[in-house]
Amino acid sequence: MSALPRAHDLGIIGCHVCRQVSLETKKAHARCPRCGAPLHRRKRDSLTRTWALLIAALLLYLPANIFPIMRTQSLFSKDDNTILSGVIELWRAGSPDLAIIVFTASIVVPVLKFLVMGFLLISVQRSSQWGARQRARLFRLVEVIGYWSMLDVFVVALLSALVHFQVLSRVEPLPGVIFFGMVVVLTMLSAMSFDPRLIWDNRESDD
Amino acid sequence: MESGQDLIVCEHCDTVYRREPLTRGQVSTCLECGAVLERHQWIGLDGQFALILAAFIVFVIANCTPIVSLGFSGMQSATTLWGAVIAMWNDSSQVVAVLTAMTLFFFPLTQILIFGWVLWFARDGIRAPGFAPAMIALYYVKPWSMIEVFMLGVLVAVVKASSYFEVVPGPGVWAFAVLTILITIFASHDSRELWNVTRDTSE
Ligand SMILES: [Zn+2]
Ligand SMILES: [Zn+2]
Repeated sequence: MSALPRAHDLGIIGCHVCRQVSLETKKAHARCPRCGAPLHRRKRDSLTRTWALLIAALLLYLPANIFPIMRTQSLFSKDDNTILSGVIELWRAGSPDLAIIVFTASIVVPVLKFLVMGFLLISVQRSSQWGARQRARLFRLVEVIGYWSMLDVFVVALLSALVHFQVLSRVEPLPGVIFFGMVVVLTMLSAMSFDPRLIWDNRESDD
Repeated sequence: MESGQDLIVCEHCDTVYRREPLTRGQVSTCLECGAVLERHQWIGLDGQFALILAAFIVFVIANCTPIVSLGFSGMQSATTLWGAVIAMWNDSSQVVAVLTAMTLFFFPLTQILIFGWVLWFARDGIRAPGFAPAMIALYYVKPWSMIEVFMLGVLVAVVKASSYFEVVPGPGVWAFAVLTILITIFASHDSRELWNVTRDTSE
């Protein structure tokens, strides 16, 4: 149905770094004639890498949510917060709007990333024809919102540096925040390894 | 075969288009997948250079002045960005310390310095020495610069702390706010366009 030409069918390749269009070559390590960056018709081992990074992120996602990320200590009390309990506390402290923002960045965004990336990978592996445009849009959404999950990591870092009043009041980071930071990095790397052009490949079943 | 300059390939679906000149405010999108192909570059090279210069000054202020300070029964405590990095390092969260230093200091600084360098030369239509590796570095650093997220993080931290402490915003917080705005303006530009407005003089 599509009448629009695709670069691979024309034997050309677009550079991602500088957008120069050049002729596709058979060379294994082709480089862009203008900027010298490596050229790939499709990102190399895209599906394997994306899966590996996504699964690694998923494994770390469990400790990131189970372990507390921050300890608030005062003279008489010790209070450990996980990501979720931190959101609840913020809600109770009278900032429901901010609690919703943190909830979105720390919980909705990572879960959405796992679901969307898993769905994209499976649909590409099955050469699904379904809703390519919608899937492309989902991928762009994940790419744009991904790094906002780092929010909680920065909050813990700031509070740990600020709340240092000897034994009276102290905030310390706990291992959960390390796992969470690694989850964000791994999911970002996973999304970067995915080649959205694969969504549009193999649309003719006689390939 | 026509020259590559006239063609543009959608990065998201590999569809090929002929480049059309864009008018002010115009954005061309891919008909196949809906991704943005190209945006009109509404700030000239001099303007971009001025923005980067401003960003550099604000970046220095943001890193040298306290972001917020807390008061608690007569005691005071303030922190800069590096204070937060060091606190994480000393509290056995070195991974987070490195992550914070990279995404909020080294990567944004790299971006500002490289942009400053290439734009200085680009104003005369010249590709700066090391233009190609600089532009490749920019491409890879871009997704890892997280000043905007940090700005929101400051807001959340302030609200959380204000239920127990007296919170006074420092100059650093305003610097980070201005930096966020400058970065947002700058991010509406595709830096790869610099390849098309400069020429290689090394030949
Ligand atoms: Zn190139
Ligand atoms: Zn497209």
